[in-house]
Amino acid sequence: MNPPLALLAELTHRCPLRCPYCSNPVELTRASGELTTEEWARVFREAAALGCLQVHLSGGEPTVRRDIVEITRAAHAAGLYTNLITAGVLLDAALMARLVEAGLDHVQLSVQDTDPAGAERIGGMKGAPARKEQAARLVTQAGLPLTLNAVVHRQNLHNLPLLIETALRWGAGRLEVAHVQYYGWALMNRDALLPTREQLDEATRIVDAARVAHRGRLMIDYVVPDYHAARPKSCMGGWGNRFLGVSPAGRVLPCHAAESITGLDFPNVRDTSLRAAWEDSDAFNRFRGTGWMPEPCRGCDRKEKDWGGCRCQAFALTGDATATDPACALSPDHGMLAAAVAEATSPDFRYRGFD
Amino acid sequence: MTPRFPRGVRLHHDQARDRWVVMAPERMFVPDETALEVLRLVDGTRDVDAIIDALATKFAAPRDVIATDVRAMVDDLVARGALAP
Repeated sequence: MNPPLALLAELTHRCPLRCPYCSNPVELTRASGELTTEEWARVFREAAALGCLQVHLSGGEPTVRRDIVEITRAAHAAGLYTNLITAGVLLDAALMARLVEAGLDHVQLSVQDTDPAGAERIGGMKGAPARKEQAARLVTQAGLPLTLNAVVHRQNLHNLPLLIETALRWGAGRLEVAHVQYYGWALMNRDALLPTREQLDEATRIVDAARVAHRGRLMIDYVVPDYHAARPKSCMGGWGNRFLGVSPAGRVLPCHAAESITGLDFPNVRDTSLRAAWEDSDAFNRFRGTGWMPEPCRGCDRKEKDWGGCRCQAFALTGDATATDPACALSPDHGMLAAAVAEATSPDFRYRGFD
Repeated sequence: MTPRFPRGVRLHHDQARDRWVVMAPERMFVPDETALEVLRLVDGTRDVDAIIDALATKFAAPRDVIATDVRAMVDDLVARGALAP
């Protein structure tokens, strides 16, 4: 069993934005259920002792927490490389300075679209685009490395060239172009988000060209949408293999979407240590390695490359979390994906929010 | 050229796995032995020639052989964002 490399700390589900592809679960945790500062500090110390090297301070919007500076300080003190994953709309010069002083290493800033009207519509927040540009300026002025993260889909892919220009203009060293992954909120909004095959091919061509043109200046990470794939993604690099998440309420997760799989009982940091959760819990051992796999995964020579694909997607689409991910052409359910692409024509979003 | 680590990139000792890793924004990689020798000499004041001299002495190897390897290595590390020129 490998120790985990990275911890995703989902500090809160609260967020001023309402993106229809939000990766948070459909049932959001309220502020009263969130872990305390001291509980997070303990999680960071345990994660570092277990072998985690980096922490992603995420949410929801992590800066809605009044103790975000203390949380950052605790992560840094534990020896973790600290990434702040933020929408940027609450960042001001004073907070930026305090985060830097607390030991923050890097900021990832989300961008919903380069067209302000599109960005306001997709993120569901008026005035967000200008605040994000200001946030980018604060990060680079503070001397911290900046990544722009753009979740891309049918309703913003036409602006991909402008997105790359924006990343360069705002001084980002990295750009993540991440096609929507479809579970939770995004699955609910699939008809409004799925790109066409032509859009995907054009996007891939643009990213490939930009990588060459801006080599050494802008690194571009590209996450492809598996609805057009013949082989599934190596989800999380294998269940319980590299990655550890902790939800706002303290549940320890092999993947941020894992709670979408019903019937798994996730350990909670309020009751158990991270080490016990990682090494001994049923939830982590359930899909670890290859022993759980049925055919066609079991006899496949790619089983230690893609680990059968995504368990959450298999469950969401087939109702069986042990099934081969339908993104794989060898899955008997592979045809569902092409059918979903053909049906995806709606322009309307269902925004995320508390019930 | 005097290579340096850009802000947000550093060499870090991974105690759990007893190895050195290059830590960078949301990613990390494990340098091979040659890259690690180069990275350990990067201090923002040594230029590439000084790094080559240091390694030629340390390994008692011909300077021109070391020079070719080090220049290619630094080039690659710059392209990967691990070093800034």
